[in-house]
Amino acid sequence: MSALLQVESVGKRFGGFVALESIDLEVREGERLGLIGPNGSGKSTLVNCICGTLQNETGKVTFAGHPLDGLAAHERTRRGVARSFQLPRPFSSLSLVENVRIPILYTVNARKTGHIAHAAIDRRCRDLLGEVGLLAKADHLPRDLTQIEMRKLELARAMAAEPRLLIADEVMAGLSHAEVDEIIALLIRVNGQGVTVIMIEHIMRAVMEVSQRLAVLVAGRKIADGDPKEVVRNPEVVRAYLGE
Amino acid sequence: MDASYDLLLNAILSGLLLGGFYAAVSIGVAISFGMLDIVNIAHPAFILLGSYAAFIGNTYFGLDPILAAVIALPFFYALGMAVYQVYYVAFERRDERSLSSAPRNDQSLRGLSFFFGLLFITEVGLVMIFGVDYRLVQASYIGEKYSLGPIQLPYRLLVPFIVSMVTVVGLQLFLSKTFVGRAIQAVAQDQLALRLMAANPVRIKRIAFGLSIATAALGGAILIIIQSVEPSVGREYIGRVFAICVLGGLGSFSGMVIAAMTLGVVETLTSTLFGPSWAPAVSFGVLLITLAVRPSGILGR
Amino acid sequence: MASSVASSAKFVLALIVAACAIFGVGRAIGNSYAFFLGYVVVQYIVLGTAWNILGGYTGYVNFGVTAFFAIGAYSTVALYKLIPAMPLPFMIVIGGAFAALVGLGTGYLTLRLRGVFFSIATLALAVVVQTLITNWDFVGGARGAYVLRPKLAPLMGGEYVQYLFVLMLGLCVIVLATARAIERSSLGYGFAAIRDDEAAAEAAGVPTLKLKLIATTLSGGFMGMAGAPLPYYVTYLDPTSGFNLNYAVNAIAMPLIGGTSSWVGPVLGAVLVGGLQEVLRVTISSAANVLVAGVLMVVFVIAAPRGIVGLFEGKRK
Repeated sequence: MSALLQVESVGKRFGGFVALESIDLEVREGERLGLIGPNGSGKSTLVNCICGTLQNETGKVTFAGHPLDGLAAHERTRRGVARSFQLPRPFSSLSLVENVRIPILYTVNARKTGHIAHAAIDRRCRDLLGEVGLLAKADHLPRDLTQIEMRKLELARAMAAEPRLLIADEVMAGLSHAEVDEIIALLIRVNGQGVTVIMIEHIMRAVMEVSQRLAVLVAGRKIADGDPKEVVRNPEVVRAYLGE
Repeated sequence: MDASYDLLLNAILSGLLLGGFYAAVSIGVAISFGMLDIVNIAHPAFILLGSYAAFIGNTYFGLDPILAAVIALPFFYALGMAVYQVYYVAFERRDERSLSSAPRNDQSLRGLSFFFGLLFITEVGLVMIFGVDYRLVQASYIGEKYSLGPIQLPYRLLVPFIVSMVTVVGLQLFLSKTFVGRAIQAVAQDQLALRLMAANPVRIKRIAFGLSIATAALGGAILIIIQSVEPSVGREYIGRVFAICVLGGLGSFSGMVIAAMTLGVVETLTSTLFGPSWAPAVSFGVLLITLAVRPSGILGR
Repeated sequence: MASSVASSAKFVLALIVAACAIFGVGRAIGNSYAFFLGYVVVQYIVLGTAWNILGGYTGYVNFGVTAFFAIGAYSTVALYKLIPAMPLPFMIVIGGAFAALVGLGTGYLTLRLRGVFFSIATLALAVVVQTLITNWDFVGGARGAYVLRPKLAPLMGGEYVQYLFVLMLGLCVIVLATARAIERSSLGYGFAAIRDDEAAAEAAGVPTLKLKLIATTLSGGFMGMAGAPLPYYVTYLDPTSGFNLNYAVNAIAMPLIGGTSSWVGPVLGAVLVGGLQEVLRVTISSAANVLVAGVLMVVFVIAAPRGIVGLFEGKRK
């Protein structure tokens, strides 16, 4: 298996604050990578640099053999990098079906191949919503959704872009035990369909259950990367989490 | 050769004085836009309201226009607090309530339209009361000049400059030395710190917006000292005021003063060299270049 | 796809029938005042719909309506001086093209930043275009310019104002059909995504900058087209009247009052506010009629953020 995503010495600063300091990270096609770290460790900044919401200042990001640097976020989505947002950001004036329709119109149907015929789009949207269990609310506005349903909508919208890599940014924060289980099952199912998954999460139970490999960020640096069971026993990681 | 050199020197000096006056006009926006993130495009209309307040005080009660403005200050402060209250209830609170369900651009659309409506209503209201004739004020120093060798500084510009600098320095001291002032700066930077200071952000913002409108009373008075005024004059200041605030880096008084003086000099030189009718276009050029090249302002990072 | 083309064709047909009917009624009344009034209302439908393509659909506020409107008007003045025989429809197209270019340029320079900076830039744009026109002697400068209005309408006979009215109706059909087609196309979905959340739109693959530029260009172009016949309507145009803030306030107030989410809103707003203004102008005073749009706009953005359309729609689904 070759590397699908390659992050090489990526750095990002905000004014004087170093958010990321030369990060290296490799994600293989088809794997599930967990990314953890204390608040402010740079996880979201890294995601933003991979997705193009922010542009990295140093280093480079390569996806499926092509450099992503300098590309706008929508171009990266078209190439197969999809994300969900930490705080759900639905299109609030559009129904759920329409929310999911947008990535189909602008991503799937903007690619060279694999277009979905106009008449079939609505069917496809409802299928996607069905997969996350939102079919019953398909014609509602996002304001009618509960917290977990918002997260599911985020995931459905990301999946609508038919990505090769899905980045799930803290999709489980604030959910109940049973709800976390639901999302875990969802992520594993998505991965079973051949989508590579990067999962950023604080809930360790979920991290351990989903991740095949675990990387740890602390203060903008990667301090560990490897088998999840070994990584959590790594003294440096333990200190970063329990120390101070 | 010598004469044109003097002309240039005088143009630069009166540009600096003019810039000082622009700082007084812009400081209210530096507070509302720069610190509170409220895009009050109606600010120039409030300035004109200040001009007419000074006009009334001067014409009907024989007051010095600046004294009239000082008397008007509390009323403008109250007006500002009232406007903020409406804005808060109609837009900010509605925003908070539906945190993730309010269309983001849609909210700013309505907030901006609200102030645009206020701008228009104020302007038309002034036309209905005072008509479209140019109005001016009388004061002993208007028309006099301070001469030093080849330099001639009209008091008409010098007095507003001094008033303006006093206002800027006073507000800067208020913001850095008092509890409320520091709370206002915290509103700009960090809502959490504000809560730790046990201050109610809405109250702080109401006070700050009141202050921002209060500065319009002074700004208006010195505007009508510098030039005669009719209700639509305010519009010329919209581009200027926002150009200055953006160029100065939002929220920074020192940056704003430098930007104001730069614009004053550039405008004065433009009207000396190409004729006064071209001056209004300068601010737009400055604004566009700033937005395109350096949106964080001259003193920005 | 095929059904949406068919529905667009039907819609255009319905608009044309409505336009013909309106013109027929006007002809039957045969009163030139009716045509002068009708022209103003239809002009505001065009202006309001044009503003709404950017403002309502993407949420970017253009305060520089007068700049675009006056570019159209002054392009006609310039063309009239250069080639007096040029037919007015050509002048409308050229005026629209100039305004569209200015829209594109302003958007290109400022749309990478937060939306408020675009709004501020458009405010300043109005002042600058006015300064340029005031200093441009060829089109009359500050003194203004006279345009000789022909007595009779070409081709169709009757007074010339009837011709102006027909042109404006035609423009109105084009603008409304465009607005409705946008709403139902992927462009409309992209615009709505931008209005709701720009970062999420980008993440969903929407090329936000490109779409915003399309919206500013279309919107600016249509505003310019709405302004192009103005010199023939007023026969004397000077910067103070061409750049009258009323145009901007009406163009913004009418969609906000009617409702910004669909093409129906600006039409409703223009007919209601335009009609009300005329009633007030005749019965009370011209100052009151000017004030009403501003006051209604403020009341509506505070109390009924989704406009008249929103009041009738109630809670969606």
